Amino acid sequence: MDSLYLAWCYLSYYKLRSIVLVACITIIGALPLALEILVAESERQLALRAESSPLLIGAKGSALDLVMNSLYFSDEVPEPITMAAVDQVLESGLAGPIPLMVSYRARTFPVVGTTLDYFDFRQLEIARGEMFSLIGQCVLGAEVARRLALEPGDSITTAPEAMFDIAGVYPLKMKIVGILAEADSADDRAVFVDIRTAWIISGLGHGHTDVTRTTDESVILKREGNNVAANAKLMQYQEITDDNIDSFHLHGDPGDFPLTAVLTVPFDTKSSTILQGRYLDQGIPYQVVRPAEVIDSLLATIFKIRNVLDGVVVVVGSATILALILVFSLSLRLREKELQTIYMLGSSRATVARLLGAEIIIIISVSVGFCTLLALLVNHFDQELVRRLFI
Amino acid sequence: MTIMNRLFLFLMGLLPLLLAASALATSRPTIYTVNYPLAYFAERIGGDLVEVVFPAPADVDPAFWKPDGAIIEAYQKADLILLNGADYAKWTHKVSLPLLRAVNTSRSFRTDYLSIDTEVTHSHGPGGDHSHTGTAFTTWLDLSLAARQAEEIFKALARKLPDHEAEIERNFQALEADLLNLDKQLRSLTISQPDLPLFGSHPIYQYFARGYNLNIRMVMWEPDEDPGEQQWRELQTMIEEHQARWMLWEGPPRPESIDRLKEMGINSLVFSPCFNRPEQGNFLTVMQHNIDNLAIAFEQAD
Repeated sequence: MDSLYLAWCYLSYYKLRSIVLVACITIIGALPLALEILVAESERQLALRAESSPLLIGAKGSALDLVMNSLYFSDEVPEPITMAAVDQVLESGLAGPIPLMVSYRARTFPVVGTTLDYFDFRQLEIARGEMFSLIGQCVLGAEVARRLALEPGDSITTAPEAMFDIAGVYPLKMKIVGILAEADSADDRAVFVDIRTAWIISGLGHGHTDVTRTTDESVILKREGNNVAANAKLMQYQEITDDNIDSFHLHGDPGDFPLTAVLTVPFDTKSSTILQGRYLDQGIPYQVVRPAEVIDSLLATIFKIRNVLDGVVVVVGSATILALILVFSLSLRLREKELQTIYMLGSSRATVARLLGAEIIIIISVSVGFCTLLALLVNHFDQELVRRLFI
Repeated sequence: MTIMNRLFLFLMGLLPLLLAASALATSRPTIYTVNYPLAYFAERIGGDLVEVVFPAPADVDPAFWKPDGAIIEAYQKADLILLNGADYAKWTHKVSLPLLRAVNTSRSFRTDYLSIDTEVTHSHGPGGDHSHTGTAFTTWLDLSLAARQAEEIFKALARKLPDHEAEIERNFQALEADLLNLDKQLRSLTISQPDLPLFGSHPIYQYFARGYNLNIRMVMWEPDEDPGEQQWRELQTMIEEHQARWMLWEGPPRPESIDRLKEMGINSLVFSPCFNRPEQGNFLTVMQHNIDNLAIAFEQAD
């Protein structure tokens, strides 16, 4: 006990040196632990979402971008496909298609255009308010509502796509009608709208005064029979209300309206296999991917990177341990007079060894304590950290 | 054992049966439709296995009706939503409905939709102003198309209730036979004079005209309103190039309109689209009545 007490007094006296030693050992111990916890959690989150999403149909190109955008609403927007892809799946009678349009943002959060089927499929519940029923309405994921302090009845505006494009698409002010219950997934961090609202956000649809009845001739470009062409002066509504909802309309063939993906839910395994086979034809402009397979290959890559990181940690750890040994041996040389005095006072060599051992034990014990604390903290906040750092 | 005890035991014995019956009643899929013909088809095909709801009030044209929030929510929660397609019920384009529970019953012939060239806005009933521009939507007046719409309903119900597929199929076949019987009657009636000129009081007879090779020119009149002098003058001009002697009305016209048309040499007959639930009879009886009315026109033209 005396040795421990004397060692503690010594370490307390040389605070800075003791802190540096504890910090070095803590970091080298906590780093691989934290990395292990976070990688395991990110694997769990990625795999869980992917396994619950049977098939994705999207444009040919990066399967990873398609999966990350459709499942985790990442910024990388895949090439668009059209609603014709949804019709094809419906026609096949092999699966239920859920259209997805994840191209726009509102206050930094992704705007997900889809149909009500998405909420049934993901088993998302409304915690407050109600589900959207009209174009121009939206429901917020739990985290979006919490971080922006928004409630049903408030509004949220989409981010303008091109700040300096004055003739471009205007932001749409959307009415929040509901907040989703916490789902512990990417759905918590998204703003959900009807697919038609997403098309209006994209500029394919809009609402304006009836040009066939307006008395303001300055907005008319030309009249040809029953057709009236308006010029850019015609003001478009930037919010869909009960008063102007009837004026909102989409331009073009509904089959050509864009989507970023179609979440496809086959009725059974056989249907899934047949459906995947149909998209193998090179002439089809779509690809069908199994998110679980894409994520598996991503996880395999992560696993390789983790092995490299583990190697780096071992090398750095070894270097740190060597440095610590050096520090201790140098400190023994610096403390030569001090140790001489202890001998002269009548202490044995064993006592000196006990003193030095006690110092090492205290430093390592405190470091292990901090390591454990850090690991517990990372473990506690692992879901949040993974969402913010990786997904 | 007292009478009370016996009664108690009897009721306890009935309890499982009552619970089973209650479960059966509550497990019936709810089907919402956007017009009466689809509701009738669903009722015939689904029978007691389904609960069919057509929530539009009796005095509105469902094509231009706008349901309130509570009804929209009921549509959203329905097990199946039967849509007519062909741009019918424009409110469905402004609301969020589940794609996987909605069935476009005219999907199988969507490439054969007809368009309406002219745009005239007019107002009648609680729906307010509306126009008939865009896609013609009264698909069921071609009864062969109505049978195809019924087939889509049959397929959707068979998917929804696979354990009752045989019963649903029998019901569908009976309905299909009824519809095709009416279709046959119309064909045999109209085949004799395919070019007989007719007027339609409203632009709702496009599929009917195409299906039965009829020569119908349509105006934009309401049965319960005076069309106004300009419309009368336009009709006078139309008669010069389209010498029709009969006008088809979607509902019983005003006596004044009948008389004035008579003066112009045009008779009136009702050919109802039956878009809303009839006060008497059902879709088939209304269509049979339509055919009987039309038969008079063709017989007199012989």
